[in-house]
Amino acid sequence: MRFMMMMYPQIEESDWEPPAEAIKAMVDYNHELNGAGVLLSLDGLHPPGAGAYVTFSNDGTANVTDGPFSEAKELIGGYWMIDVRSKEEAVEWARRCPARGCVIEVRRVQEREDFPPELRSVVDERPLDLT
Amino acid sequence: MTDAHRAIDAVWRIESARLIAGLARLVRDVDLAEELAGDALVAALEQWPQSGVPDNPGAWLMATAKHRAIDLLRRQATLERKVQELGRMEEREQQITEEQLAEAADDPIGDDLLALIFVSCHPVLSTEARAALTLRLISALSTEEIARAFLAPVATVAQRIVRAKRTLAEARVPIELPAREELPERLASVLEVIYLVFNEGYAATAGPDWVRPELCDDALRLGRILAQLLPDEPEVHGLVALMEIQASRFGARLGPGSEPILLLDQDRSRWDGVLIRHGLGSLDRAVRSGRTLGPYTLQASIAACHARARRAADTDWEQIAALYDALAQLAPSPVVELNRAVAVGMAFGPAAGLELVDALIARGELSGYHLLQSVRGDLLQRLGRVDEARAELKRAASMTQNERERDLLLARAAATDRPIGRH
Repeated sequence: MRFMMMMYPQIEESDWEPPAEAIKAMVDYNHELNGAGVLLSLDGLHPPGAGAYVTFSNDGTANVTDGPFSEAKELIGGYWMIDVRSKEEAVEWARRCPARGCVIEVRRVQEREDFPPELRSVVDERPLDLT
Repeated sequence: MTDAHRAIDAVWRIESARLIAGLARLVRDVDLAEELAGDALVAALEQWPQSGVPDNPGAWLMATAKHRAIDLLRRQATLERKVQELGRMEEREQQITEEQLAEAADDPIGDDLLALIFVSCHPVLSTEARAALTLRLISALSTEEIARAFLAPVATVAQRIVRAKRTLAEARVPIELPAREELPERLASVLEVIYLVFNEGYAATAGPDWVRPELCDDALRLGRILAQLLPDEPEVHGLVALMEIQASRFGARLGPGSEPILLLDQDRSRWDGVLIRHGLGSLDRAVRSGRTLGPYTLQASIAACHARARRAADTDWEQIAALYDALAQLAPSPVVELNRAVAVGMAFGPAAGLELVDALIARGELSGYHLLQSVRGDLLQRLGRVDEARAELKRAASMTQNERERDLLLARAAATDRPIGRH
């Protein structure tokens, strides 16, 4: 089963680029994941200030707010997608991340089979071809 | 299982292969290494629920196992001293081992793990024994899980593993990497085992299920681990590519009633894009090596032809027929020949395909293999020889042991008088 490990660095934007030794530890960790045959993909993100918020009102109107943001500490910094046998194994991999003062959220990826049948038929009506 | 036990189980699945591999190098015995690792797991199950999982659980398990190993060696040494007056030489040998044990069992480049994989898949063992031992030692599956995977009684699998370890000890198989000149043969033996495990999951040979995806995932992880350990061996990447592209079709292989859907009838939008991209990447690594394409890379190239076709009608059958041609020359087998017949039938018409199938029959090959009849039935139907086609498909149905496949074949037999719409 696939899990997304989402990293929330909990740091200010000015600290977004970690020191070289922290990056080296993360590279080692990524190799450990890959060497165990569980890593499917990963990405690190630019700081939130370089991006934007698109917020929607209840009537569906979109509002765009450009960065920087005062509450950047709560935002995602990157993710790993892994393939493991159980939630516990995903959690154990997350535990091994050489991270400091941050949060990793572990979430199972939803597969087509996980949708209830009536919703599945809506999805199946217009298949998405990504390959 | 309690939460704590599930967490420990997860640690075990991640750590046990490296743990056993490191210990096996030190004590030079797979069985003893597994026993020591098992002792360490028992200690973890006793202590961790109270103390919590340590920060470096792998090092904790290794340290615990090493303590047990040292105790054991000391007891043996004492025993030998009592039994033998002339035990000095052996005593010294024991001490050396003890010193080796005391040093950290670091395995940064994974040589221990690779050595254990080669030992588990040693050609001195039967293929079944190799598969069981590999799933146990490298994939950390329990005997019960392996038995479930192979639809075999637990006692049979347990016996198989015990005998395999005994055979390795009796044949004095060293726990080390194979010599360079041995590597091709030894690697072929490892790849064969991984693909056997994958196929056992992919096309369940017996029983009610068509696919056991968990077993395929285990094989995939084994393949990816091996690809990291042997990055310069193109066939390892070829096998990973083959498995990833085949596994990408899981979501499309079964219909709403869990009936199997053949490749050309599958809804390709349900193929797994992540696995296809991975598989094509692995194939690229295998091909870029510049070495002659091996059998797994050729099969992966064939699978890639299907993966790249957005619709079944876009399939490059001439390319596939050419690849099967190459495969038939490199690794000739009746099954490859049958697949070549299918590809030739699609590329150059059913008469050309039937000619190859009938040549197989004339040579007495694959008799009793349901897919031979199934393919022949398909080709006959496309030639308009409907009655013969129906008879062949019924024969195929009577030959398969897989219940769902039997249903599918009978449904095709019943539909032979309808025009074929799918090509």
